[in-house]
Amino acid sequence: MAQRLKEVDVVVLGVGFVGSIVAKELAASGLKVVGLERGDPRDTVPDFQGPYVHDELRFAVRKALMQDNTREAVTFRNNAGQTALPVRRWESFLPGTGLGGAGVHWNGQTYRFQAADFILRSHVEERYGKGFADPELTIQDWGVSYADLEPHYDRFEYLLGTSGKAGNINGKRVEGGDPFEAPRARDYPTPPMKEHYAGAIFRKAANGLGYHPYPQPSSNLSQPYTNPEGLQLNTCVFCGFCERFACEHYAKSSPQTVILPVLLKNPNFELRTGCQVQRINLDSSGKKATGVTYIDAAGREFEQPAGLVISALFSFNNVRMLLLSGIGAPYDPATNKGVVGRNYAYQTMSSAQAFLDESININPFMASGASGTMINDFAGDSFDHAPHGFIGGSYIGAINTNGRPIEYHPVPPGTPKWGKGWKEAVARHYNHTVSMTIHGSSMPRRANYLDLDPTYKDAWGQPLLRMTFDFPQNDLKMAQFVTDRAVEIGNAMGARVVAGSPRKGPYTVTQYQTTHNTGGTVMGADPQTSVVNPYLQCWDVPNVFVIGASNFAHNASWNPTGTIGALVYWAIDALKSKYLKSPGALVQA
Amino acid sequence: MAKISRRSFLKAAGSASVLPGVIGAGGLGAAAEAEASETTAKARPATSGYLFFTPHEAAFIEAACARLIPFDEVGPGAVEAGVPNYLDKQLGGAWGAGERLYRNGPWQAGTPSQGYQLPFTPAELFRNALRGVEADLKAQGKAQGKGFTALSGDDQDAYLKSLEAGGKDLNGVPSELFFQTLLGMTVEGYFSDPAYGGNKDMAAWKMIGFPGAYASYYDLVDQHGVKLARAPMSIADAPPMEHMHQGPDIPAKL
Repeated sequence: MAQRLKEVDVVVLGVGFVGSIVAKELAASGLKVVGLERGDPRDTVPDFQGPYVHDELRFAVRKALMQDNTREAVTFRNNAGQTALPVRRWESFLPGTGLGGAGVHWNGQTYRFQAADFILRSHVEERYGKGFADPELTIQDWGVSYADLEPHYDRFEYLLGTSGKAGNINGKRVEGGDPFEAPRARDYPTPPMKEHYAGAIFRKAANGLGYHPYPQPSSNLSQPYTNPEGLQLNTCVFCGFCERFACEHYAKSSPQTVILPVLLKNPNFELRTGCQVQRINLDSSGKKATGVTYIDAAGREFEQPAGLVISALFSFNNVRMLLLSGIGAPYDPATNKGVVGRNYAYQTMSSAQAFLDESININPFMASGASGTMINDFAGDSFDHAPHGFIGGSYIGAINTNGRPIEYHPVPPGTPKWGKGWKEAVARHYNHTVSMTIHGSSMPRRANYLDLDPTYKDAWGQPLLRMTFDFPQNDLKMAQFVTDRAVEIGNAMGARVVAGSPRKGPYTVTQYQTTHNTGGTVMGADPQTSVVNPYLQCWDVPNVFVIGASNFAHNASWNPTGTIGALVYWAIDALKSKYLKSPGALVQA
Repeated sequence: MAKISRRSFLKAAGSASVLPGVIGAGGLGAAAEAEASETTAKARPATSGYLFFTPHEAAFIEAACARLIPFDEVGPGAVEAGVPNYLDKQLGGAWGAGERLYRNGPWQAGTPSQGYQLPFTPAELFRNALRGVEADLKAQGKAQGKGFTALSGDDQDAYLKSLEAGGKDLNGVPSELFFQTLLGMTVEGYFSDPAYGGNKDMAAWKMIGFPGAYASYYDLVDQHGVKLARAPMSIADAPPMEHMHQGPDIPAKL
């Protein structure tokens, strides 16, 4: 029997980037806030200190900071005709866990989406005509514009201290930045990172081909920075143990470095870790949440009543929480009706490797999670798609994040997989290769969705989330086109061999691609095709807000965290200026 | 290049690390050399000291590792790097017992894109497959029943290739799965921190020029093409808490 606790104003599910920012703002406005985190409490000191954090096997290969999938996994199938089976080990995507969430082990690559992304269907129809996009794609407008989000992107970047170079300030082109970016009100808070050798080689080759290389925006900082919360960050030392690792230097922007110290000091906030939320509870009308039920690390069940519930979980878990709680109609691909689980999207990742002369020491281990030089010439809607027959695109970059040798030992095509020939090739190419990331958009299609698995359960006896996903032909065509461009850049580097690996179907969970899993609780202006309204408030249960990459109506060419940060501040603005003054639906369905 | 012995290779690998311009590595190069010599002098007989593998299994593992990553003038082989010891520790520990492996049934064969779907833990997978290998070699009448180690190097390669090609059922473990698991874990042991029992003397890191756990390159990252000439560092060598930089007045650089 659940023990009923004293009611609070707000309960926040998940204390990662989204949860800690929301909780900080609401606690500061005087509300009593409880944050429920399923994982452990952890901080830079003592948990992330050297030298043991620099352990490739433990953190990068065995994935020590990730969700324990012996307790909670995801099931997967390529199409509805197959039986979904558990992802028994994380490979393709790596959901995080613990205080700070994935904000602890992320790369720090901090982008904005283009203005066209937020009005994707309208934009594609206007620029290319109504019949241009493949009819299987369920692209739609987001119900919010880039102009709406710009101040909130700005606020998130200044919270993080992101290092970069603007390309467009209030419509004025700035040399050295990204000419394809939407206008920003001001430059990044800190200047770009130092450029590593792979980046410099890429820049020269891309310039020679007439493209527009610029420094990747990075939330591993180029210089010391004090953020608007009064918290201090240090300069990144390019240690090469960044993504999948926690930062011991206070140089990576994470909830621990940019917001949690302020939140945890506020007596209006209470953090509870080791708490596995089972469901959001609804009253008999089904239109109002009364709080949540959770089980603590010792197995005790509690009911936490609350006036407002914020689901700030990783995209999968936002979707699963609504399905387990009976909030919103589950999506059915057969009828194309329902909304929860609809428009699940991913990221279409390709790569190319340029194998250079032995005299060129790349030193791939001198790197940060977000140090690179890249181009957006073939990303988003930077280029005319009319001749190509697909929508979307990819950025291409020498985004060299590490030289950790278990997973990074590039060899040219045709190299034996083992034996003397393999070993010689590893020794020959390790320090003389430029690896290019080709980071592509992912368009939703009718057949791709998330729902509850009928068979497999988590450690608490609740159904696992079931993913049904395969790449749309649109995205595979796009991947081939942009990979061909990357191979040309590799050739322009003077490489002896350039190996392009465009993403091919079917989608497999056996190869790491990204953890940019998006959609499923999509935002929008139409309740027939969205779970939350443009303020991220549930259409069906107005005292539940759902915030995260699960709000994305499609996934754009860039890493999602910057846009998640913009959505958080956008939603907080609506909560504070509208909802708290007059609780209820902010938009009438 | 002239054929070199394992002993002289280890000595060379040790001394090569003593170079000027070493960054923050003190006398590590000399220490590594001394350790290498000692190790060579005390080289233990094969197939001893195992906690997980039976002597019979260990003989196969050592012989197979020596073919997957052979010893030569380029660098250490998997056996010299201590990979069999790494495998033994991993399979005998939490990883072998199914750490981070969702193990709820029902068990069903999936498509290749659905990944691993067998009930075996890594330890069970090795045990079953190794029994299967022995039975398979016997059934083929190879090596007069003496097993894999009695085959010539070329025949060992041919047999490993037959496992890699797949189609054999090794006590319920598809041979290609066993081969890929063995190869993957061999590469892990070869390149992981020596604290795990492989990559002895960091020789695999020295071979490729990976500097290991010590990592702070702010002053070097924009010296493009610089040849980093210092001994690598293992987690076991690095002083604790050395890399912490609290406060903006402490320069975060070398």
